[in-house]
Amino acid sequence: MSALTVLYALLFYCAAATLVVGVARKCWVYARTPQPLKIPIPPAPTTRRGVVLRLLMEVVLFRSLFRSNKWIWLFGWLFHVALLAVLARHLRYFTEPVWAWVALIQPFGLYAGFAMLAGLGGLWARRFLVDRVRYISSPSDHLMLALLAAIAASGLAMKYLAHTDIVALKAFFLGLMAFDWQPLPADPALLVHLALVAALMIVFPVSKLLHAPGVFFSPSLNQVDDARERRHTAGWSAKIVHVDRARGG
Amino acid sequence: MAAFETPPLGEYPVIPPVREGAMAHSKPFVAKPDLQKPLGFPGELVPDWEKVAVTKLGELVSQSRALQVFLDSCVKCGACTDKCHYYLGTSDPKNMPVARQDLLRSVYRRYYTFAGKHFPKLVGARDMTKDVLDDWYSYFHQCSQCRRCSVFCPYGIDTAEISMAARDIMDSVGLGQKYSNEIIGKVHKVGNNLGLPGPALRDTLDGLEEDVKEATGADVRFPLDEKGAEVLLVTPSADFFAEPHVDGLIGYAKVFHAAGISWTLSTHASEAANFSLFIGNHDNLQKVAERIREAALELGVKRIVVGECGHAWRVAYSFWNTLIGPFDFLDPRYPAPQHICEVTYDLIRRGALTLDKSANADKVVTFHDSCNVSRGARMGDVPGGQFLIPREIIRACVERFVDMAPETIGEATFCCGGGGGLLTDDLLELRVKGALPRMQALQQVVEEHGVNYLAAICAICKSQFTKVLPYYKHPMDMIGSVHGLVSNAIVFNRR
Repeated sequence: MSALTVLYALLFYCAAATLVVGVARKCWVYARTPQPLKIPIPPAPTTRRGVVLRLLMEVVLFRSLFRSNKWIWLFGWLFHVALLAVLARHLRYFTEPVWAWVALIQPFGLYAGFAMLAGLGGLWARRFLVDRVRYISSPSDHLMLALLAAIAASGLAMKYLAHTDIVALKAFFLGLMAFDWQPLPADPALLVHLALVAALMIVFPVSKLLHAPGVFFSPSLNQVDDARERRHTAGWSAKIVHVDRARGG
Repeated sequence: MAAFETPPLGEYPVIPPVREGAMAHSKPFVAKPDLQKPLGFPGELVPDWEKVAVTKLGELVSQSRALQVFLDSCVKCGACTDKCHYYLGTSDPKNMPVARQDLLRSVYRRYYTFAGKHFPKLVGARDMTKDVLDDWYSYFHQCSQCRRCSVFCPYGIDTAEISMAARDIMDSVGLGQKYSNEIIGKVHKVGNNLGLPGPALRDTLDGLEEDVKEATGADVRFPLDEKGAEVLLVTPSADFFAEPHVDGLIGYAKVFHAAGISWTLSTHASEAANFSLFIGNHDNLQKVAERIREAALELGVKRIVVGECGHAWRVAYSFWNTLIGPFDFLDPRYPAPQHICEVTYDLIRRGALTLDKSANADKVVTFHDSCNVSRGARMGDVPGGQFLIPREIIRACVERFVDMAPETIGEATFCCGGGGGLLTDDLLELRVKGALPRMQALQQVVEEHGVNYLAAICAICKSQFTKVLPYYKHPMDMIGSVHGLVSNAIVFNRR
């Protein structure tokens, strides 16, 4: 067992634990924190079903963003859909036998790699070209784009420039999941790719990537517009007591 | 106050380039200690205020899921950057919603997040310093909490929640805004924003009864503190005397008169407005709202109806059931509370009102959707009723009605520029500049359709437009109440 294999095995255990525990902890905090008042933002549904539909439209189609700005929507949606396809394509490294639908989407996953880069490129260009977006960008916003772009680029590099031994790679990950470590191929592109992915997993729970769980907890999106029909109380508003004096007659 | 120029109206709306610091000089008068104390706030900046502020921030975040999620989730996509009327009118980048949020988010990150504690420069985290506090005071008083940005945010991040929290923190360290806090003090002490005591109110209402008698010959009553009335009307105190507000009050009275609904005002709750919303303080919010419950119980009414007031309707529709409910003492056949527009619309639909459109034949009307009604509340029983119902009332009362450009009305409506506790002359420059997007849309319908009447259902909108319309070369009396139109059109049938 090489030191490299041990290092990467430990790195991925740490990264996975950080991601899962970190995001679960944040979700716990979001779920436990009360929302004392009703603050849905229109167009607010009047039923729970409507809220589910609304959240689906937001998460799947980025509806509000579409209304807001077509360029951000185009690049942002392209990136996220491509990322989803790429992630799905990578499932073949973690399943044996490979699921039929995962086998089916392999070619799309490849195009998606380029689409991902295109989306990221568009979003990044806006951070330089649009003065308003330039003003609000912190170093971390650029770094996040750099990280994602480097992950996509190093992944594509393994497909088109310097092939790696994907059979051995798959054995490595299946081994990690079964706690039966297998050697990791020592190809530079692969090592860079994996290190960056681990970095992304580690920063996820302490960065703006929290928008992913956050959107589901956003009261302005997930509350039902029924303030008059149902009395809503939580946190400080659940502690309100009226001292109704029988005044006058 | 420094002189300023009214922004020019171009042929079409433009997104201005960023001009840093363009509005850094704008800040409202600070509340003196005697205005702070009655609200439960320290009179002046407390020693150790940095620590107090940071602790208060942590408390507020732990008590509000909205703040938790909103402070964590922003990805700086830029979707909101061109949505705020104050940015569009001033070009100051700190008036972009995301940048305004970041004033507070940067402090939250510094003290309450891993990244901000260990890598502040990387994520734009900042220590709580006097410079930061000054920035807060200036720019959180350049937000009218209209929620337009949150309609366009992919995560529904509501800048109003953040600006309310920031103001609450500032109040808690002794830095309050004179305008809002003085008004809240008057409500606590006298019962309304204007500080109008009971006898003066009775006098005013008697005067209105005489005026209406003279104009129509009808005995339209303006009852005060009448026990056993069916409806308690709670309306902004501006309705009691100022033009064009009072035309609205006369309109409500005529509607009740024509429909034969007994109603009353209350001296104890002679104010619908609740400025505590603007300063984000829930103790004051609850206390001011509680007067309505007390008045309704004392007078033994069956229904509570709210007059034309934007943020009051948000508080009433969205928060009253939580703050002063349950309303199990009211008639369950009616929504509690009910908007005066819902009452009037219902009567129109049932054919219970006779309206003569020719009384408004001189008017070409457009409707300004007030931000708090549009994005903080609803009317009727279907989504979007708050847009439909006022328009249907207007259409029933006037011959010619046109809407402004669709991206400037409905849920995307632009704030008048004076909401959220900014309707004060020490912020006049901000108010005039912030009105730019609305004025742009208005200009278009004036030129294309000859619009000469801008109807609204909010006391703040009405006061704000009365003040700023002349800056954009429109007559100040172009603004009016929706129920002012009803008042003109209504015909009393002899019974």
